[in-house]
Amino acid sequence: MANLKSSLNLRDKGAEYWERSPKWRRVALAIFFIAICYALPFLNNPLVNTPGSDFQSVLFYPVGMYVLMAIGLNIVVGKSGLLDLGYVAFFAIGAYTMAILGTKTSLNFWEILPIGVGLAMLSGVLLGTPTLRLRGDYLAIVTLGFGEIVRIFAVNTDAIGGSRGIAGIPTPPDVFNAKFTILDPKPYYWMLLTFTLLIIWMVRRMAARRPGRAWDAIRQDDDVAQLMGINTRKYKVWAFVLGAAVAGVGGVVYASQILSIVPDQFNLNISILILACVVFGGIGNVWGVILGAVLLAFTPERIRFLSQPRILVFGIALVVMMNLRPDGILPKKKREHFDPDWHTVEESGEGEIK
Amino acid sequence: MRLEIKDLHVHYGKIEAIKGVSIVVNEGEIVTLIGANGAGKTTMLKTISGLRPVTSGQILFNGEDISKMPAFKRADLGLSQAPEGRGIFVGMTVLENLEMGKYNRKDRKKEMAEDLEKVYHLFPRLKERAFQAGGTLSGGEQQMLAIGRALMSRPKVLLLDEPSMGLAPLMIQNIFNIITEINKTGVTILLVEQNAQQALQRAHRAYVLEVGNVVKEAKASDLLNDPAVRAAYLGTGAH
Repeated sequence: MANLKSSLNLRDKGAEYWERSPKWRRVALAIFFIAICYALPFLNNPLVNTPGSDFQSVLFYPVGMYVLMAIGLNIVVGKSGLLDLGYVAFFAIGAYTMAILGTKTSLNFWEILPIGVGLAMLSGVLLGTPTLRLRGDYLAIVTLGFGEIVRIFAVNTDAIGGSRGIAGIPTPPDVFNAKFTILDPKPYYWMLLTFTLLIIWMVRRMAARRPGRAWDAIRQDDDVAQLMGINTRKYKVWAFVLGAAVAGVGGVVYASQILSIVPDQFNLNISILILACVVFGGIGNVWGVILGAVLLAFTPERIRFLSQPRILVFGIALVVMMNLRPDGILPKKKREHFDPDWHTVEESGEGEIK
Repeated sequence: MRLEIKDLHVHYGKIEAIKGVSIVVNEGEIVTLIGANGAGKTTMLKTISGLRPVTSGQILFNGEDISKMPAFKRADLGLSQAPEGRGIFVGMTVLENLEMGKYNRKDRKKEMAEDLEKVYHLFPRLKERAFQAGGTLSGGEQQMLAIGRALMSRPKVLLLDEPSMGLAPLMIQNIFNIITEINKTGVTILLVEQNAQQALQRAHRAYVLEVGNVVKEAKASDLLNDPAVRAAYLGTGAH
């Protein structure tokens, strides 16, 4: 058993290989993996095909979308340790911004995107400023309530379609030769992938600098972090707002692909599933979170041929996995010893949040 | 740097934990607050460092009332606390913990090497353990780390919360020697302790706290010989 466990220790082996690699190999590997990700829609393999749903659509939603949102939620839950159960609210706000502005104004997708992200961030500030005084379970309950309030507000507001939602959302204008149409999910997938890569890059840069260390301290002990002179409220609100921004991006992109949205798409289940992606993959480790999201989004689609019992099978698989690997599939590295990569904080004040 | 607390009241909900305490810590002194469990010692320190809000009263740091200032800003003024129960970051290495102590120093890059050297000089054990996660240290080492980390911010006033808690007798001796040494470098110290014997031997002055009130204030050496204090806190009053 011990042997099996150490041979399964992908996290450390992968990290070791990466750390020992010279720069050219890292760049080559990164380009290689990114290229594979972009080529995924052309993959036609019986192992990964999704009988019962279109593979290319599955790549966009749920797989790509869950990955993006899990990365965003990981900033909140994984990095700074704030349990947010209402994450879907920010996704909904992004999607509704796209839907309302897309149908009622002449703004196009690229003009609405920053507005949607901005509104999601603003709602993150509005929710975060008063509630981040709360800790742990209390924060979880308040955010859960917020997620429900946003959905119920949408159901009961006729001006934004009430429970019928909004239909006829415009697609994004063409980019180069890629045409965004309902028939072809590939351009959406590529766009989502591009956003996701940008966000990963951004989050990794922040995590290696002062904000990352502040989040680390806050997660481990909020009081002591304050004693170190860290403005914990500021950093918590920032984590919240950045998480909200990522979900906002997801919402805008999602609405522009699905073309019509109804409030019930933004229910509590999404928040819980995204949280499950983060926990299942390995809290705090972005690669684990991505893997978790891919598996959690993909598996139910892959086993769709089981029809009704598939969610049961999926649930059993989750329970078994969490027992075998309670820290997630690819947990954050246990740092018993010094990690030189992380040690760049004091050399540069870059990335500091003012 | 003089720390003066005037008529401090602190509540936990409806319960009044601190009932009008006034204490003074003069520059260069070691002042100790002794008292039994639940006397309000830790609450006092948490309130001074800003982790608990005050109900009323003043906390004067060099004449400036800081009672409404958030905790993270007080740290910048030169008020540094080594928290109770050795609140270190267990997931960070010793070195990273020490670096956290400098989080808000503007000149942290310039000061880092010099201050690390100072802390390592006081606690050679921390240098040996520099790249080890804080959570893998022994209790005494964690206490050293908490104090060392507090020193990294170049405090003018150091608040120590039960530095002897849970430590072996030899380690307690060791920690108190170092506290005295730190004080000699010019750092003013407010020390909260249950180990009254040690605290009174090291401190210049002392306050005895009982259920949220100061019941006695005197030179530490006088309290050591005070029959009432001996009976209550030193366990030798019966003789």
